[in-house]
Amino acid sequence: MSDAPTAQTASSSAAEARIADAAYTGPMLAADGTPLKKSLNRALRLQKMRALALIAPLLIFVLVTFIAPIADMLFRSVENEIVSETLPRTTTLLANWDAKGTEIPDEAVFEALYDDMFYAIEAKEHTKLGGRLNYELTGMASLFRKSGRKVEDMGEVYQDQFEGLDAFWKTGENWNSFMGSDEWLASMAGWTKADGRQPKFKLREGMADVLPATTATYLKYAAFTQNEDQKNLYTTDPWAIVYSSLHKDLTGENALADYAGPAAEQLKAGAAAATSFETVNFSEAFLDIDKKWHDLDVWTTIKAYSPKLTSGYFLNAIDMQKSVDGAEMRPENQQIYGILFYRTMKMSVIITLSCIMLGYPVAWILANLPARQANLLLILVLLPFWTSLLVRTSAWKVLLQDQGVINDTLVWLGIVATDDRLALINNQTGTIIAMTHILLPFMILPLYSVMQTIQPTYLRAAKSLGATNWTAFWRVYFPQSVPGIGAGSILVFILAIGYYITPAIVGGTEGTFISNRIAYHISSSLNWGLGAALGAILLAAVMLLYYAYDKIVGIDNVKLG
Amino acid sequence: MVALTPISRTAPSFYVPVVAAFGAFFGVFIGTGQGSTIGGVLGGAILMGVIAFVLTKVAKNERVSRWGLTLLLAIGGFALAGLPGLFVGAFFGWFFGFLIFWLYEGRYRAKVAPYLTPGQVLWHFSFRTLCGMIFFFLIAPIIIVMPLSFNAENFFTFTPEMLRFDPAGYSLKHYRDFFTNDAWQDAVKNSLYIAPVATLLSVSFGTLAAIGLSQPHVPFRRAIMAILISPMIVPLIISAAGMYFFYSRVGLQGTYIGVVLAHAALGIPFVIITVTATLVGFDNSLTRAAANMGANPVTTFFRVQMPLILPGVISGGLFAFITSFDEVVVVLFVGSAGQKTLPWQMFTGLREQISPTILAVATILVFISICLLTVVELLRRRSERMRGMSPS
Repeated sequence: MSDAPTAQTASSSAAEARIADAAYTGPMLAADGTPLKKSLNRALRLQKMRALALIAPLLIFVLVTFIAPIADMLFRSVENEIVSETLPRTTTLLANWDAKGTEIPDEAVFEALYDDMFYAIEAKEHTKLGGRLNYELTGMASLFRKSGRKVEDMGEVYQDQFEGLDAFWKTGENWNSFMGSDEWLASMAGWTKADGRQPKFKLREGMADVLPATTATYLKYAAFTQNEDQKNLYTTDPWAIVYSSLHKDLTGENALADYAGPAAEQLKAGAAAATSFETVNFSEAFLDIDKKWHDLDVWTTIKAYSPKLTSGYFLNAIDMQKSVDGAEMRPENQQIYGILFYRTMKMSVIITLSCIMLGYPVAWILANLPARQANLLLILVLLPFWTSLLVRTSAWKVLLQDQGVINDTLVWLGIVATDDRLALINNQTGTIIAMTHILLPFMILPLYSVMQTIQPTYLRAAKSLGATNWTAFWRVYFPQSVPGIGAGSILVFILAIGYYITPAIVGGTEGTFISNRIAYHISSSLNWGLGAALGAILLAAVMLLYYAYDKIVGIDNVKLG
Repeated sequence: MVALTPISRTAPSFYVPVVAAFGAFFGVFIGTGQGSTIGGVLGGAILMGVIAFVLTKVAKNERVSRWGLTLLLAIGGFALAGLPGLFVGAFFGWFFGFLIFWLYEGRYRAKVAPYLTPGQVLWHFSFRTLCGMIFFFLIAPIIIVMPLSFNAENFFTFTPEMLRFDPAGYSLKHYRDFFTNDAWQDAVKNSLYIAPVATLLSVSFGTLAAIGLSQPHVPFRRAIMAILISPMIVPLIISAAGMYFFYSRVGLQGTYIGVVLAHAALGIPFVIITVTATLVGFDNSLTRAAANMGANPVTTFFRVQMPLILPGVISGGLFAFITSFDEVVVVLFVGSAGQKTLPWQMFTGLREQISPTILAVATILVFISICLLTVVELLRRRSERMRGMSPS
């Protein structure tokens, strides 16, 4: 390989290159001639893209399966569309009503309420709305349920009068003959159920000008009958509300004078007679159904919950309520969430403190024993950590019962009397004992990993400089172990305030947490909005702590086992 | 810290009172059990003090003395309280025999630093006793369900027959119930259908993402990490509520797929954490070397990178598996009766008053977790050895 000429050539060409380099004063170039800076930037960008491409599938997965549900829950805590969707006209009219006054809304509002309720009842939405408003004012659910049966009959006054005037008005075929377009009527004539989808209802041209209110009502009725009820529209008799709309048109503004289509004769006869029809006072009619409809509270509640977004759930979650003068505290005897939040916090603090007290000596001894013994003892910490949460909870249920192992042992030893057994379960004591046991490994493991890094020589140095044992520990060792205490405490506290299973099983009524209340609202009382609002407050607290944890420990430094 | 302190025998004025104090302490329990606390204290103190003196100054032979004491107290215990008393007595005999000679021979000083004052030695051993009690607190609840699960009665406490070690007090009937009852068997089946699929999902997505995250230049690394870890931090009840709302909107509530997706999301943080921890020690020049020799990225991944990070991936997978296998809150909300898992069945069993079959299940689950713990520990050591970070 020691070929002299070759080596010489190489070195001389290298020298030439150096000369060329010296002569070239432009930006530094990469092998392919692009400027080096640009080329490096591109490489970096490529690297970033590759990293992101690897992360993207998981990120999308977590966003869809986890973050979206959380966002949905947060949205539900302020969402309140049901009132304005079920009672659109009523809520619009209520906007102008003075809620602070002493007058109940006027006849126009009640008429709108009749309209809205009628559709809601047909779609069976009114009980849902009643249930929603019942969270705010007790008695609303029964009011709406009760009204449901009777509102349908209210419009029959007009229906009966029209039908009494002319039998023409009795059947759906006759109505369709002038409401429907010729084309639709033709396709409907040959249609049977076997043909599949019903031809969609088409309005006769010009009808919207002739009878505006009737048209609007009839379109709704037609769409509902065809899509929701799946009935043959052509042969179905119209709703009572169609007759009240017709009455409104015939006595009010219409363009009947120029109308010459089908049924013009009957319509004109109707218009002549309608002016002398017996009318319905909706305000009185609602009063007949239930006195509560003239109750000011009912109307202020409906008005307060008309907007599409509401702070009502959050106010409820902090023991406040909406009133005409804005938010106010609930009466003393209805305040439960403040107490519950306070209890959750207090018990989590107690659990965290007992974990520190029990975890610190254990972590110390693990960190100061020879590795072999420490590893053996570590198994005693890791085994509970790996054991199913339900196993540990059931163990505590067995141990803490009145007739359980602990009480039996105490009775056997004669420390407590048989009829004076300690109440260890279904109260706060039970929750604190069981949760301290369950969360203790989460305190010991971070403490241990911090204490492992503390040099024992510091302690010996302090002692050789004359410190007493206590001073050496308190001034030298303890400050170095504080990060471990911080990490462990935040972890234990975060886990504790969100705990559900253990308090549910050993907590009884006294030892339950806010989580248990959230679960109750979601699965039993079905007040999802309130459950979501309570959840949002809890989530905010946890996020704050998570942020602190990230600042103190860093998420990357979380260790498992 | 094995200090070899020269030891010498101590004077009776030291060890006799100490042993007597221990005797008084245990005498409290026996005394109250028999009806007289004061009598127990005095009797225990005097008895143990005398025994200590006699054994060390008269009998002198340690082996014979200790065995003799164990036997004596065992017989005494049997006379007082039958078979359980025999075991308690034998234990006391062993303990006091050990204690007397440990103190008498001065062995207690052998392993502590020679310069410690007597007060510090006392503190040293009290501290160890305290730690021992905390370890007992940690492990006892798990241990105690095991014998209880063999109870012949439907009780959750030790029956007199069990304490007498009467074979009639023990039976396998709760285990038999577990293996024959349809409700439990369906629950096991559901758990075994759900957990592995959820684990597979979180491991495959999680490993890829962990590799991406450990690249040197990742934009928004902190934010991404925070999002990926959040399922572990957000309280389960909130995750469950959110998933319940959202999954019922999209029609996944009460379906197998819904539960699997939810569990996979919950398992992801564990995979991310363990795999990124393993990747910290991964030498990136290995992948470059592989690429240099002509391997494409897929080959490099499966032939070079994967075998090296496999221990981390497996332990992450085990974490994800146990998360799903143990999970009850989310499945309570997202699942329906068709997805009733083992923890769910246990939870309903614990809330509605309850059959000891739960204890049999608990015992089986403890053994499963012991196995899992062993596997994870072995993997962790292996991975540390491979990275040259072996513990002594």
